[in-house]
Order: sequence, then C-alpha cells, then structure tokens
Amino acid sequence: MSATALKSGRPKRVNPARWGLYAFILITALYFLLPLYVMIVTSLKPMAEIRQGHLLALPASPSLAAWVKAWTSACTGLTCEGIRVGFFNSLRILVPSVVISITVGSLTGYALSLWRVRGANILFGAMMVVAFIPYQVFIYPLVRVFSFTGLGQSLATIVTIHTIFGLPTMTLLFRNYFTSLPVELFKAARIDGAGFYQIYARIMMPMATPMIVVAVILQTTGIWNDFILGLVFAGRDNLPMTVQLNNIVNSTQGERAYNVDMAATLLTALLPLVIYFGSGRWFVRGIAAGAVKG
Amino acid sequence: MRLSLTSRLSVTSALLPALTVTLVVYLGATSWTAWMSLTNSRMLPNNNFVGLRQYELLLSNDRWITSVHNIIVYGVLFVSLALLIGFLLAVAIDQRVRAEDTIRSIYLYPYSMSFVVTGLVWQWLLNPTLGIQYVLRSWGFAGATFDWIVRPETAIYCLVIAGVWQASGLVMAIMLAGLRGVDDEIWKAARVDGLPKWRVYISIIIPMMGASFATAAVLLSTAVVRLYDLPVSMTNGGPGIASEVPAKFVMDHLFERGNIGLAAAAATTMLVTVIAVVAPYLYWRARKGEVR
Amino acid sequence: MERSNVDITNLQIGFGGLKVLENLDLHVGASEFLVLLGPSGCGKSTLLNAIAGLIDVKGGEIRIGDRDVTWAEPKDRGIAMVFQSYALYPRMSVRKNMSFGLKVARTPQDEIDSRVGEAAKMLRLTELLDRRPSELSGGQRQRVAIGRALVRHAGVYLFDEPLSNLDAQLRAELRVEIKRLHARLGATMIYVTHDQIEALTLADRIAVMQGGVIQQLDTPSKIYREPVNRFVASFVGSPAMNFLRGRIVRDGGLTFIAGETGFDLNGYAFRSPPSDAPAVLGIRPEHIEITGSDHPSSVTARVEMVEPMGADALVWCRLADGTAFSFRSDADASARSGDLLALRFPAEAFSLFDDQDGQRL
Repeated sequence: MSATALKSGRPKRVNPARWGLYAFILITALYFLLPLYVMIVTSLKPMAEIRQGHLLALPASPSLAAWVKAWTSACTGLTCEGIRVGFFNSLRILVPSVVISITVGSLTGYALSLWRVRGANILFGAMMVVAFIPYQVFIYPLVRVFSFTGLGQSLATIVTIHTIFGLPTMTLLFRNYFTSLPVELFKAARIDGAGFYQIYARIMMPMATPMIVVAVILQTTGIWNDFILGLVFAGRDNLPMTVQLNNIVNSTQGERAYNVDMAATLLTALLPLVIYFGSGRWFVRGIAAGAVKG
Repeated sequence: MRLSLTSRLSVTSALLPALTVTLVVYLGATSWTAWMSLTNSRMLPNNNFVGLRQYELLLSNDRWITSVHNIIVYGVLFVSLALLIGFLLAVAIDQRVRAEDTIRSIYLYPYSMSFVVTGLVWQWLLNPTLGIQYVLRSWGFAGATFDWIVRPETAIYCLVIAGVWQASGLVMAIMLAGLRGVDDEIWKAARVDGLPKWRVYISIIIPMMGASFATAAVLLSTAVVRLYDLPVSMTNGGPGIASEVPAKFVMDHLFERGNIGLAAAAATTMLVTVIAVVAPYLYWRARKGEVR
Repeated sequence: MERSNVDITNLQIGFGGLKVLENLDLHVGASEFLVLLGPSGCGKSTLLNAIAGLIDVKGGEIRIGDRDVTWAEPKDRGIAMVFQSYALYPRMSVRKNMSFGLKVARTPQDEIDSRVGEAAKMLRLTELLDRRPSELSGGQRQRVAIGRALVRHAGVYLFDEPLSNLDAQLRAELRVEIKRLHARLGATMIYVTHDQIEALTLADRIAVMQGGVIQQLDTPSKIYREPVNRFVASFVGSPAMNFLRGRIVRDGGLTFIAGETGFDLNGYAFRSPPSDAPAVLGIRPEHIEITGSDHPSSVTARVEMVEPMGADALVWCRLADGTAFSFRSDADASARSGDLLALRFPAEAFSLFDDQDGQRL
C-alpha cells in the first residue's frame, strides 16, 4: 500500500522503508520484552549463577527452587510463609470487590442513562471529576470514617473502598453503553409493563454482556494491581499480594535473593498477564472504555 | 414520561449508593482534608485553626520542594516520551505489518502489570552491580556506566524509564484506535495528490487526532499526579530524598510522621492542581457531547 | 377485542423552553386507521409517544376508550406499539419477545401460549418462534415486532415508522400485510410515517403535520385532490405537484395568467369568490394531458428532458416565458427534447393557492 506502488504499477520487491519499519518494530519489541525475559531467566537461576552476573544468559540448569521458596517460605517482614498468603488475600479481596462494584456501577449507570432523574447530570458530572482526583485527598478522612463505624481495617472495608473508587468508572462504562442502545428498546419494555428492576435484570443486563466482560477485566486488573488502598485499608491480616511483594523485596535483611524476588514478582504479575493474554482484544476494549476516565 | 411512585422509589433506591458516595465520601472527605490543612493537626486531627500556616511550612519544606520539582521533571518527560513513543508504535503497527496482533500484545502487556511489579523489575535491571551496566561491561564496553538509580541527580530519570515502559502501550492502543478511525478516503486523496507518507502523518493525520492526543495526555497526567507505587517499590524515594514525589509526601506525613495538617495541605495542593487540569478537559468533552 | 377511540384535546408538549406541540386536538374513532404524516421534526413522533405515555405532556388531555390516561403508565393505557428499529429484546427468542409483556402482567401461561400462537399464525411466524432476533431478516423482525404488539390485545395499536428500515420491496409487502391485518382485526391504529405512499395506501384518514400543527386531517383522496395549503400539496404526491406563479384575471371568464400563458379556470371550485390577486396554480403531473393543437384551451410548451420511469415517463417542459413544469405521459409517447407540445390543463384538477399565505383559494 505504498505510494510507489501506485506510481510504478509493479510493487518493488525490496523496500528500504519497509526494512526500517521492521527494524524499528524489532528494537522496540525487545525493549518491551527485556524485563519479562530477565524476570523469567533470573527466577530460574540459583543465586550462585546470578552473582556471576550474566543477566541475559539463559540459566545453566533451570530450577524452580526459587519459585517454590517464593510461594511457600519467602519472608514478608516478620512471617515467612511466602507470597501465597498475599495471593489468597488478594483473591478474597478481588472476588467480592469485582462483583459488588460492577453490580452497583451498572445499576447506577442504568438509572442515570435511561431514567430521567432530576439532578442526574450533576451527580454524574461530580463522579467524573472524582475519577481524576488523587486518592491522597480522601484517604485520611476515610480511614477515620471506617474506624468510627467499627469496621476499621478489614476485608469489608477494603471491598467497600474498591466499590467506592470503582464507582465512577463502572458508572461511566455502563451509562455510555446503555445510552448507545436504541431507546426504543426501553420504550418497548415500558409498554410491556416491566418496572425499573425488571427492565434492568431481564432486558438490559443480558444485553450488556460485552460491557460486563470489559468491566470484569478492568476491575480485576485494577484491583489486583492496587497497592495503596490495600496498604491503608485492608489491615495486617488481609494485605494484598502487591503489598506483600514489596515487603519481600524491599525489607529483606542481608543478601537479597534476586531469584526469589523475581519469582515472587512474576507470581504477582501472573493473574493480570493471564487475563491480558487470555482475553486478547477484550483487554484493549477495556482500556478504550476505561480510557475516558483516569 | 411521568413516573409512578414505585418507579420513582426504585430509581431512588438504585441511585442511593452513588448519592451517598458522592456526598459523604467525595464531598465530605475532600472538605475535611481541605479543613485539616488549615489546622495544626499532628498525630490526630484537631480543629485549631491556623490559617495558611501549613502552606507556608509546606513551601519551605525541602522534601516537598524536591517532590514538586521531581514530579514536574517526571511529568514532562513521562508524558512527552510516552506520547511520542506510543504514537510511533501506533504508526508502525498501522503500516499493515505482519503478525500485527502479536506485536500489539508485546507493546501493551506492561500496562497489565502493577506499578509495584514494574518498579521491582526495573530496580533489578538498573542495579549497577548486576544489571544492564554489568552486561554492557561484560560485552567489552569497559567504561560503560549506567548507574542512574544510585545517583541522586539522576534517580528520577529511572522512574521515567520504568513509567514510559509501562504506559507507552496504552498510548499506542489509544492512538491506533484513532488512526484506524481515519477515513480511508483521506489516504486515497493524499495518494492522488502525491504526498509522501510522513508528510500525510504530520500535516493531515496528527491534526485530525486531537481527541486521541488529549485523551492520552489527560490519562497520563492523572497517572503522574497519582505516582506513588512506582517510587515506593523502585527507589523508596531515594537515594536520600532524591526521588520523592508529592503523593508519597502526603502518605508519609499522614501515617509515619504524624503531621496531618502538613499532609492535608500537600493533598489540597494536589487537588487544586488536578482540578485546574481536568476541569477544562471535562468541559471540552461535555461541549463535544461525549459526557452528557 | 376492544377497539378504543382516542381523543386528544388541547395537548401541549415542550422540552425546556421549546414548544413542540401546542393546543393540538385530534379525535380518532374506534377501528379507524389514522396516519400521521409529515417531514422529520414535525412533531408526529412526539404526538405518538405522548399517546403511548412515553413522554411528559405539559398540558391538555389524552383519553383512550373514554378513559383519561394523560398521566397513566404506558402499560395501563390499553395500547401496543411497533417501533422503527423493531426494538426486539436481543437476548430473547421470538416467543419470549412476544410473551414478555404478558408474563410481566402475570397472564396465565395457557392464555399466553394461545395468544402467541394465534399472532404467530397470523403473521406466519410459527416456524420462527424459537429463533433469536439476530437470526431473522429485517422483514421477519418487523413481523415479530408487530406480533409482540398484537398479543397485547390492545385497544389501540401505535406504529412509529415501522417500515422505514426496510428496503423498497419488503416495505411494499409489509404494507399490504398491515392493511390486511387492519381489515381483519378492525382495530384502532395510529401510524406515523414520512412516506406519503404509505399514508395514501393505508389510511382511513391522514393527518398531515408540520411545525407541530396538523395542517389537514382528511381522507387520502381529499388530501390528494384538495390540499388545503401549499405545504400539503407539495408534501403529498409523487412526482411532486407543479406550482406556477401568476395572477387570476377576470376577463369575462376567469383566467390564470402565468407569464404570457393563460389557463382557463372554468370548472375550478373556488372556496371563496376569487379576487384579482397574485396566486399560485398547482397541478399534478398526472393530470396534464397531450392534446391536439387545435384544442381551444391548449397550452404550448417545449420539451426539455424526458425521464423514463418504466410504466410511464416524466416529461419536463418549459412554457414560452421559461416557467418549468413536468407531466406524466405514456412510456411509449415519443416526446423528444426540443419538441413543441400542445397540452391540456384541466381546471377541475387545479389547486389554487394564495401567493401570500399559501392557503387554498
């Protein structure tokens, strides 16, 4: 599809511009892949081999010992039970947070898009502004509010927090989707006599499957990757995997076990990576849909 | 449509969470933080009004000045580099290359990973004794030095490298969507006019992609203001205070240094800055009718 | 089946400061097929949505079957509605689409089954009952949408441009189907369209709307033959009516003079005694005939262009002073551009309008 093809009738076989293009793609791809590669090879090497310093070399005798140690016995501060504690904490935070935030967000988006509510635009506008504001502005008052209500730092607190901070994006996502549907569908359901929650559950949500997939991807990666909210609100017994990982790597005394660190890092990145490579274009759709906020 | 009582009750019940969150959490917490910034709260919040004293202290606080300086350096470099690289990547992919899906996946996968993971990987790669510097030397570049992460004056650039690595793919995805949205007939017209491709991109395509650039820029900018996990995991603000950032300043003063008043003043400063950036953008989008 | 009349008095609808309908009155008899016809933005869909209860009214009264439903919920009005985009629920089968409203209303299952079966048979949908809307063609989807309305056994059926999304051939087929349905059920139907052919073929009465006002409410043939103003005259009929500007002159008989050409008005039924004033003469292309040049009231025109249209041809001509008009001739008539023709303009088929306000004279 180059301009020369149009002029000369027969496309040239060797095209320097094309070579340049592929060289550029190759080099940039290496830059993006390098960290993943280094993480993987380092995690498979014993410490002795790492100390010799061949960062890029393939492991002489690949071993999963570091992975086992990272999973079962790496030290996070005082305890040495491995990153698995964080993994299961993150899972316990993740599932209810994703379900509740999507339910509340879709319901809010539905109410704001199809039902004419006084003040709807103001409410929606306020939520959109909030989506951009740094957490630091809210964090201390929220800590006080939760300790006042007696929830303190707990699983319930962190799930509520994820629901609160997921609300703007989820609302936006579903509101835009429902707005894009033909309004006649909503009218037809009204004439059929369906009420607010009937239309939501029977007509709208079954149609919103693509948006639900996008929302699940967006919320799962977002909540799994969260660090600051888990650190502040989850409490010592529920610290998510990202916080545990940082503790393992950055608070070790004595010589650092880089292979264990990298194995733990990979383990933490595993779920988002699986979702990313498993969901293909859905992830891009999720970003594009979430891109309208921050 | 005039709603019946049951319908109105249903709508109200559905909007109750959003309403509560907006009023209590967003408005309430924001006002409280703003109020605390006007008090001399230390370990616990109090109501001793001290006017703008905390802001004066903030402006004379070395760590805050360093943080602000850092975030400006980081912000300018991170946003411009990510936009540039992301755009170039999108243009490259837009040339109908082979294995387009694979290449796109490679560019984008870092975005699926957390800042903590990103920070730790790059901490490892930039580590001068075992990382890239060592590799370069072992390849025969004896004098090669790449020790930015341990030198105070360059540590902030390491955060830029890691941040750009993580976020360029996102820009690429947004830009690619913009490029694919360009009408094919524009390209045909340009070819008939005999314009070279690079010329078409610079003179015709980039001006058409204002919305994509704006979206990406706003997205990257809010990530800049929020920057916290990356320095915490990568440098922990060091060496010394060389890579401190405002969000970390707030968190440390809230939870470790017991200086809530000062932290609130810092947080309020961040809030005002963000609103100054975002409000015009949201207004522009609302005028375009996207946010109705 | 109940057949309701619909009575709308003094209806007012506005969005913000914008008034869409003002003081509108409309009375539709039981079993009548009424078409609301007009260009987009004329308020016809707004009116239909107001009857359905899907938008707020500012004032006035809507009665269906002698019951005041101005503020009733859509489901309580005894109406059913068919939409332009079909508005089928995509995740439900045809059967579920048709029965959803009855289910919500807690109709007994055997009653639902019999009504769905009956409607499906009537619309030849029986084979398709277990398909999803995405597996149907456009015409089938619209039949399902009609079926979903039929099972409600409503007193009034509302159609909002139901055929606009279909191609020309399907549109013609479904038009016949709807007409047959009306004949069979004898139900009250209110039908919105911007397609004057649909209006002329389907309606018992047509309400031509513009600017939120009903311009003319009458039978199709009256609307076609005696449009009350220039808007109705130009909107109804295809190819469009010719309009010639000139004045009415009294010289023994009555003559309309356009440029140098005179048209005999003997036989035209004036609404009020004519005055000597500027006017517009309207005549439909199909009413102009070729005649011999010896005919006393013939008019001479030069052929500019011929548009063959299959069954007939549209011939574009100019009068001596350059005024352009068209007429319909047989397909095999051998008019060529440049020919001079003698034409007859029958006064009975004229529509004369005031040059100022466009009202029929």
